[in-house]
Parts: sequence; C-alpha cells; structure tokens
Amino acid sequence: MIRRKKRGGRDAGTPLGLFRLMKVRLKVWRQEGPNKPGRFETYETPELNPNMSFLEMLDAVNEELIRQGKEPIAFAHDCREGICGTCGITINGQPHGPGKGSATCQIYMRKFRDGETITLEPFRAKAFPVIKDLIVDRSALDRIILRGGFISVRAGSAPDANTIPIPKRTADLAMEAAQCIGCGACAAACPNASAMLFVGAKASHLGLLPQGQPERFSRAAAMAEQMEEEGFGACRAYGACEEACPKEIKLEVISRLNRDFTLALLKGEL
Amino acid sequence: MQARRATPIVRYAFSAIGRKVIMAVTGLALTLFLLLHMLGNLQLFVGSESINRYAHFLHSNLELLWPARIFLLLCLCLHIWSAVSLALENKRARPVGYEGNPVPPGTTLAARTMMYTGLAIAAFVIYHLLHFTVRAPAVNFAGQDFHALKEALPWGEERADVYRMVALGFHQPVAVLIYLAGVGLLCFHLSHGLSAMFQSLGVRDRNWRGRLDRYAVWFSWLLFLGYAAVPAAVISGWVK
Repeated sequence: MIRRKKRGGRDAGTPLGLFRLMKVRLKVWRQEGPNKPGRFETYETPELNPNMSFLEMLDAVNEELIRQGKEPIAFAHDCREGICGTCGITINGQPHGPGKGSATCQIYMRKFRDGETITLEPFRAKAFPVIKDLIVDRSALDRIILRGGFISVRAGSAPDANTIPIPKRTADLAMEAAQCIGCGACAAACPNASAMLFVGAKASHLGLLPQGQPERFSRAAAMAEQMEEEGFGACRAYGACEEACPKEIKLEVISRLNRDFTLALLKGEL
Repeated sequence: MQARRATPIVRYAFSAIGRKVIMAVTGLALTLFLLLHMLGNLQLFVGSESINRYAHFLHSNLELLWPARIFLLLCLCLHIWSAVSLALENKRARPVGYEGNPVPPGTTLAARTMMYTGLAIAAFVIYHLLHFTVRAPAVNFAGQDFHALKEALPWGEERADVYRMVALGFHQPVAVLIYLAGVGLLCFHLSHGLSAMFQSLGVRDRNWRGRLDRYAVWFSWLLFLGYAAVPAAVISGWVK
C-alpha cells in the first residue's frame, strides 16, 4: 500500500519514478579535533532527490560548503552498501538513524519529511573519542578483537571447513552472529555505552563452531575483560543495541557471553 | 589495572559480568523472600490465630530468625553494591549524551528507571522495618506503641498481636499510601529485573526471552496484588 502521509518523494498523487524535490535542515555536531570543544551548527541542504541516500545528501551539502570555502562535514564511510561497518552517524538520537536493520549508508532521504530538521551527532561513548565532527575512533573494538576474536590455529581452507559436519541450527546461529560488521552502533545506542552486543556476537560466532571450541571460554573472558578496560559500560538488558544493530544481532548473544564468562571461571580459564 | 593480578574468583566478582551475576543471584534470593513474605501475610485472611501463631513461631526461633535476617541483609547489600558500582561506571561510559535526551528505542520505562526505583525501594524497606519490625511509634501515624499490642494465651503466656497491629497500622491513610507506593515500585522494579536476571545468568535465549518478559510482568502483578490485599482488607473492614 502506498503511504498517503506527505513525505519527500512520491506521494499518492505522484506516479512511480517521479518525485518531488525536498529540502531539509541539518543540525550537525561540529568538532575540529579530539580535544576541542564541539558545537551544533545548522545547515540548509540544497534541493534533494528523495531517493538519494543519506550519505549522498551529506556529499551534496559538503560540495556546497566547499564551494563557499567552508570546512566540509567530516563523516566516515566506505562501501556504502551496509557491509563494511565504517559509516555511523547518530541521526535524531538513533545510531544509524530510522529503519531497522540498516546502516547509515542504507538510509534514504525519503525516510524524512520535507523541511524536517535532522540532528546529526557522532556515536557517543567514552570508548569512542571523537576524531572530527561525526567521525569517532573505534579502535577500542579492534583491541577487543585482538584479545580473542580469532582462532589461534590454522583452521584450514574452505574445503576443510566442509569436511566438518555442523548441525544446521548451530551453523545458522553462528552465521547470524558472524554478520556483525563491528560498526559500534550497539555501544552508541546503549544508555550505558556497553559494547556487549559486539563482544557477544564475536564470542558467539567463534564459540559456537567446532573450530572455535578449544578457546571458547578463555576467549569470552578475555574479550569481556578488555571491553571493560576500554571504558564501555555494563549490560542492563535494555535492548537498545538490538534495535540499532544494522545486522539485527539478537540480544541472546549477550546471554551466551555471560554464560561463557561464568563457565570460564568454573573451568579455570578466567 | 591491578584487578588483573588478582585471583580469578576476585576478578570475576569485580568484573562487570560478575557483578551482574551477583545482582541476579541476590535479586532471585530476595524475590523468593518476597514470595514467602507475601504468603505469610496472606494468613491474615485465615484469621488472627493463624498469623499470630506464625509470627510467634518466626520470632521465637532466634537460631533461624537471625541467620535468615543476616542472609537477607547480605543479599540486599551485595545487590545494592553491584547496582551502584555498575551505575557509576555506566555513567562514566557515556559522558556526553544525545541532543534532547531521546528515549532509546527498544527500552522500557522499568529498565531505564531501575536505579531510581531501587533507591526508592531501599528507603521503603527502612520505613517498613521501622513500621512493623522495630515498631517505632514515630512512623506509624497512629501515635500508638505497637509493642503494647499483646494477645494473652490460655496457658498464661502472651504473644505479639500482629493481627491487630496490621489492622491499626493500615487504618492510617498515609501509611497505606506509602505502603502501596513502595510495593508498587518494588513490583515495577521486578517487572524488568525478573527477566533481566536470566540474561545475566546466561540462560535467556530467543525462545525464552518473550516468555520470561511476560512471566516477569505476571509475577510482579501477582506480588503486587498479594501485598496490596492486606491494606485493602483493612480498609474494606474485612480485617478489624
């Protein structure tokens, strides 16, 4: 059914493929460097095609800023198809913006109303210091991976993997967790800035599969400890991370991490 | 951090996940106490003999009473310690919030207010103990000494008349309001906590999550109604 609500883009009276140009006002967090004070600045966008992606809209705004001799808005991006985990802007208070299961690059301007004011902020967490404007340093997640997000022995190549029978359900659960692209939206969405969904996804992804079994408990313990050292908060089972996750990773990966952490103690692997 | 050199059990107990587990286990113990306490209270509907005998039984077995009290106090202290220490760390983890403090999607009001409801419950527990355990006349709004309420037994002894104490205590509208507010917040706290504890213990998977969330709400309502039944019985004149 076509939504009759007036949005930028096609409405009930416009044939498919045709659209109404739209404009929005951006309230953007500008910060020159890591330890500089930041502030909000407001920009009017040029006329936009509602089928532009959110990042294309920012490109258009930046071209305009460059033309005016101003500093463009710095934002992180790479693949622009939702699989690299590089982009990440908090749009109207929601990391990766409106829409379930999509990264910032998969948000389209037709999600917004013509003339709407959109607030853009960086991912907020103590462990994610701002580098510039909307770009944050997410190397804390890399350091968590360095503590256990791998399998220490050579697990073989693709044909070797196929020689180990894995129950369908286990494979599905591991693959679901393996979808995590490490964007950090979970920590950005969590009121406690906890990265448990990320750590849980990595621990589930490796810990569920036979190749990851030998290090399952020590891995969970080491990664959870590193998460704490990086200054991320603790999980209160809010569920905000799950809502923001572009890959819709389930909250149960955190439950599994909690279980493996306790088992690590009991098995003497903590 | 120096915690790294500590023994595994100490590292576990002070880790974020370890403290969540401590919170879950102590919360579970306190919830079981709440259930027993509610069932004990409901003997009021059986009559004064039943509840007075039960109260006398509890109070005359000091070898059971004090270990139970110390255990509950220990649970309460550990629960509050883990909650407050984690809350302070959580606050530090997000020094800058989002513009306009938007409500994070996917969260519930009960989850977001656990710290506030928890502190209010702690205050209520102190009041409640002063009201009916210490029986301080200053907080019962009736201006009566509940210690003086005794029931004579046929064989010459006397025991505390809990039945009359409750009836007199809940004849005061202010006492009833404080009680209902305290129990209400407690049950609101439980509506999140009872499901989240299974997450911390690592047994809440996708199949159980929805069910546990529902059961937590049902159980919280059950406790609320069970506790609220007592002042309701007094106000309606069932218990005189």
